Amino acid sequence: MSELKSGSNLEKVLKAGHFAFTGECGPPKGANVAHLKEKLSHLVGMVDAVNMTDNQTAVVRMSSWAGSILMMEQGLEPNFQMVCRDRNRLAMMSDILGAYALGVRNMLCLSGDHQSFGNHPDAKNVHDIDSMQLIAMVKKMRDEGKFLNGDDIDVPPKMFIGAACNPFADPYEYRVYRLANKIKAGADFVQTQCIFNMEKFRDFMKKAVDMGLHEKCYILAGVTPMKNVGMANFMSKNVPGMDVPESLIKRLKGVEKKDQAEEGIKFALEQIEEFKTMKGVAGVHLMAIEWEHKVPEIAERAGVLPRPKV
Amino acid sequence: MIVADRKSLQEILAMVADKKKILIAGCKGCVTVCNVGGLKEVEILAASMKIARKKDGNDIEIDVKVLERQCDTEYVAGISDVVGNYEAVISLACGVGPQFLSEMYRDQTFFPGVNTTFFGGATKHGVWEERCAGCGTCAIHNFGGLCPIARCAKSLMNGPCGGSSKGVCEVNKDTECIWDSIVKKKMESGRLEDLIGVKGIKSWKTARDGGPRKSIREELIQGNI
Amino acid sequence: MRLSYPADIKIIQVPCTGRVDILHLLNAIEDGADGVYVAGCLEGECHYISGNLKARKKVAYVKKTLTEIGIEPERVEMFNLSSAQGARFAEIAREMVGRIRQLGPSPIRKKNHAA
Repeated sequence: MSELKSGSNLEKVLKAGHFAFTGECGPPKGANVAHLKEKLSHLVGMVDAVNMTDNQTAVVRMSSWAGSILMMEQGLEPNFQMVCRDRNRLAMMSDILGAYALGVRNMLCLSGDHQSFGNHPDAKNVHDIDSMQLIAMVKKMRDEGKFLNGDDIDVPPKMFIGAACNPFADPYEYRVYRLANKIKAGADFVQTQCIFNMEKFRDFMKKAVDMGLHEKCYILAGVTPMKNVGMANFMSKNVPGMDVPESLIKRLKGVEKKDQAEEGIKFALEQIEEFKTMKGVAGVHLMAIEWEHKVPEIAERAGVLPRPKV
Repeated sequence: MIVADRKSLQEILAMVADKKKILIAGCKGCVTVCNVGGLKEVEILAASMKIARKKDGNDIEIDVKVLERQCDTEYVAGISDVVGNYEAVISLACGVGPQFLSEMYRDQTFFPGVNTTFFGGATKHGVWEERCAGCGTCAIHNFGGLCPIARCAKSLMNGPCGGSSKGVCEVNKDTECIWDSIVKKKMESGRLEDLIGVKGIKSWKTARDGGPRKSIREELIQGNI
Repeated sequence: MRLSYPADIKIIQVPCTGRVDILHLLNAIEDGADGVYVAGCLEGECHYISGNLKARKKVAYVKKTLTEIGIEPERVEMFNLSSAQGARFAEIAREMVGRIRQLGPSPIRKKNHAA
């Protein structure tokens, strides 16, 4: 990994060996640029890059690439996301070229939640290719300069390729092999699903390190601060592939309602502290969704400020 | 076989609300096997409709006929002598039936009495499950004999996705996560290495995406074999 | 036993209620019966093992269909008794007739009479 693949800020930070800190932001359910810019303003200077989600949970929002461009106007680096649910291979390659042409350098390749979860459940889903194949396709475009069909690309997109990793979904024993597959396909970095079960994650990371995966790919641990016990219960029951241990719910229940947010943040800070020294973990991906204004405080208390300039 | 579910009584009654004499055509093929369009079901539908119409003081005359299969012009031709006697015909065959009928009898109106759903089989009496999506390029041997195209909600070729939980698909807790089953099967048979690496991108040309399909067997067309 | 039961009932004998088909029940309603009931052996004592259980399922199906059509599902019913229970037989007959009298003539017959 001597030469930079994309030259993005995130890539440079990780390559230099710094503990990376990325954030997340959902685009608006409309063309409300002002609201988006307001949310993003809290993240400036706090993170190395910010995920701009793509119709997350199958709810229609402004497209990820458009949100990414607006994000760049504010001096933040976007992690452009693309799900396989809504686009076929033609649209995907087309959008990747467009995003790259407009300055986007990081890209996350995801499957996408099924449309039945969202606000347009009657839609046809696409899934022309899956996330694994999308990773491989972006790598082919970048490293070989070719479209899927082998035609040459007139100025290939040099993206830093990311993927998602869920160590808590089933079958558990297979998850580390799936991560290995994604890395083999071409993933440069992965962000895990938000972690609450630290014991299980430590076990997962041990397996990943044993397989040497951390040397081929940067693994960022996902952290979501719980706002209250209601959120913990909701995520535990309603979000597929989520593992919220009883101990955390008990911990949140154990304090007064007005103190639960602080308790949730405290737990997140404890996690970040452990991740800083956990073998194989190259950084943290903070998902404080619709709580962006809390990010500066969390970043400060986690001791990850100022962000490195590379 | 092809599985279908009967449309609701209300929907079927609405189709022929202004008709006084109709025929209900059943089929001895797939719809008999899945108990939705065979002789019994045709008679029950006829009786139910007659009762409903009688109740409204708007009697309807209904004849029933069960064809050997409605997906063969030879059998469809068998009702040519009577098909013109009715104001409309309700076919309880799968989607193929009413179309073959419509194509042959251009002056008659045919209504579908069932919603055709999938290719599947009975896992136990009364329960049918989807198994095949008709993609035209069968590769189930690469997945332990299980098909992810038909049975994964996202048709993943490199699954499972992050929503798989306790062997269940994120879409519906009654739906098996087929990737969970594929992975477990490979692990149990010691063949996990079959899942290492990225499965190649699928060509959807042979699926419905490539356009309506035909299967032409030259050796069967020419001469009598 | 020489017990009396209402004369409004027409009895159709079958070797086992398992022989009764959904179509029989629907045809009876279609032809103008105000009510139809199936009297089978006590559950667990069917001479043919499970004919009476199947009959119950068929009665349930017909009730559902009648509801969809807008006819009272109580017009069709399943009862269980042993062949030795003469008094129960008369009791069921009275109960069913009472129920039908309260429901009134079948909605089908009403229209036909009006016509």
